[in-house]
Amino acid sequence: MTPRRDPRPDIGLRPDLKVVAEWVNPGARVLDVGCGEGALLAHLAATKAVDGRGIELSQEGVNACVSHGLAVIQGDADTDLGDYPDDAFDMVILSQTLQAIRDPRSALIEMLRIGRCAIVSFPNFGHWRARVELMLRGRVPAATVLGHAWYETPNIHPCTIRDFIALCRRLDIEILRAVALGEGGRASAIRGRGGLANLVGR
Amino acid sequence: MQPEERTAPAAVATGSATSPRVRLGETRPLRLDRGVALGPFTVAYQAYGRLNRDKSNVILACHALTGDQYLLGPHPVTGKPGWWEAVVGPGKPLDTDRFHVICVNVLGGCMGTTGPTDIDPASGEPYGLRFPVITIADMVRAQAMLLDHLGIDDLFCVTGGSMGGMQALAWAAMYPERVFSAVPIGTAARHTAQNIAFHEVGRQAIIADPDWRGGDYLRQGTRPVRGLAVARMAAHITYLSEAALHRKFGRALQDRAALSYGFDADFQVESYLRHQGSTFVDRFDANAYLYITRAMDYFDLAAEYGGVLANAFRDTPTRFCLFSFSSDWLFPTPQSREIVHALNAAAANVSFAEIATDKGHDAFLLEEPEFHATLAGFLDGAAKHRGLPSR
Repeated sequence: MTPRRDPRPDIGLRPDLKVVAEWVNPGARVLDVGCGEGALLAHLAATKAVDGRGIELSQEGVNACVSHGLAVIQGDADTDLGDYPDDAFDMVILSQTLQAIRDPRSALIEMLRIGRCAIVSFPNFGHWRARVELMLRGRVPAATVLGHAWYETPNIHPCTIRDFIALCRRLDIEILRAVALGEGGRASAIRGRGGLANLVGR
Repeated sequence: MQPEERTAPAAVATGSATSPRVRLGETRPLRLDRGVALGPFTVAYQAYGRLNRDKSNVILACHALTGDQYLLGPHPVTGKPGWWEAVVGPGKPLDTDRFHVICVNVLGGCMGTTGPTDIDPASGEPYGLRFPVITIADMVRAQAMLLDHLGIDDLFCVTGGSMGGMQALAWAAMYPERVFSAVPIGTAARHTAQNIAFHEVGRQAIIADPDWRGGDYLRQGTRPVRGLAVARMAAHITYLSEAALHRKFGRALQDRAALSYGFDADFQVESYLRHQGSTFVDRFDANAYLYITRAMDYFDLAAEYGGVLANAFRDTPTRFCLFSFSSDWLFPTPQSREIVHALNAAAANVSFAEIATDKGHDAFLLEEPEFHATLAGFLDGAAKHRGLPSR
């Protein structure tokens, strides 16, 4: 174990987490599913006084979180959301994890059962670079595998912004707000069925 | 290690503890789960670190089956270090520069708190098997009475490993408003059939010793040291992992170059176990071993709350942090996870970390840097929320 470092609440927060953090109300009860080493939870605790909890698959991530005083358990979004009672949280956050879940549809339903609303961020596999890569090079786009070879990537359920909107419609999930983050984390609103955002959003 | 051969019964440590001892239940006896009243009774405890002015920095550390109140040494009987030197002390996770750490010898124990070796005021003779069977909840009630006596309303934290973890869980369930945080370590919400089975082997070893005398050995001037030693040997195996035993001993021979083709302790592991057994009887009483193992067997927290563990923690204000150890096969990780699931179902504030180690159940007593760093971090966070000064 490395010496305990305090998570820096402001510096180095991933662009998508910055947007997520802006959407969380002060004092809210928040569950961060796939919270990693707790950067977002620490940020929310420091800046918004949230009552934050986390679930993280990796034991190193969990231990880092707990040693920073965050309430985090080792668990799996596919199996452990069922333990929580209805409406236990104001907000359930799933950042950059949706694509690695075995059953994303059930996970979304569970998140909205235990939380009054949910914030989901995911890599957009409809981005133009991915499309070009597949079309011109005939290889699985790097965006899909996120640093892994296709045969070992944990990202088993890649989806595009339009895919996600379509699934929400099918599940009768109302999308309250949506933004696409482009180059350098620039945010732009997603409109309609998300055609343009699907091309430029990362 | 050469095993100590022990033929004559040694003087037992009963009651010779140097700890503060408090007489409780004089006017209001303790109502035991068994349905009988116990009182007056004596509780022995040790305290480390300074109590702050508003008595808000108290940590209750609960000991395991064969532990006692001596978190730090030297132990008055063995002269050895205390059982939690790795975790308790200045700058340690249970930092005695910040916290007032109390450890109470459990009810039924043999280091100063009333147990089967003590004199039954009704007969003027040692209780022996006339001592009522006690439960984990009874131990906790006795501790709560001690805290009342000391004027301590609530605990910043209650913690412990193994049976100590059971007490921590029972504390949180029985006195949620008195427990700010709870850290159950390497424990379970109930004893499994396998746990009970191992305990039964130990008890039968004691009962089969002719010197046990139907539990009446104190009056008859004998001590079932052989049975108690065998019980300890069997139990000790369950506290270690196969990997740890292999690393420590392998098939190495004890003080000899070749097998003896006999039943001496050829192997180091045999010699080690014999030593564990023979030293244990110096500091522990056989009947106390029966009573305390029974208390663990009877522990089933969910059963007391309609069979639903989450009900034990309904609306709990307590912050929980659970630890398990990857190679602990006596209280394996899934048992901690079951408690975590129940706490989630009760929407409790809970953290849970499994520590990767090959040291088995005993890991909670040993040098485990990741465990200690994570525990210290949790306590720091809890202290901040409790408004205690940060370190």
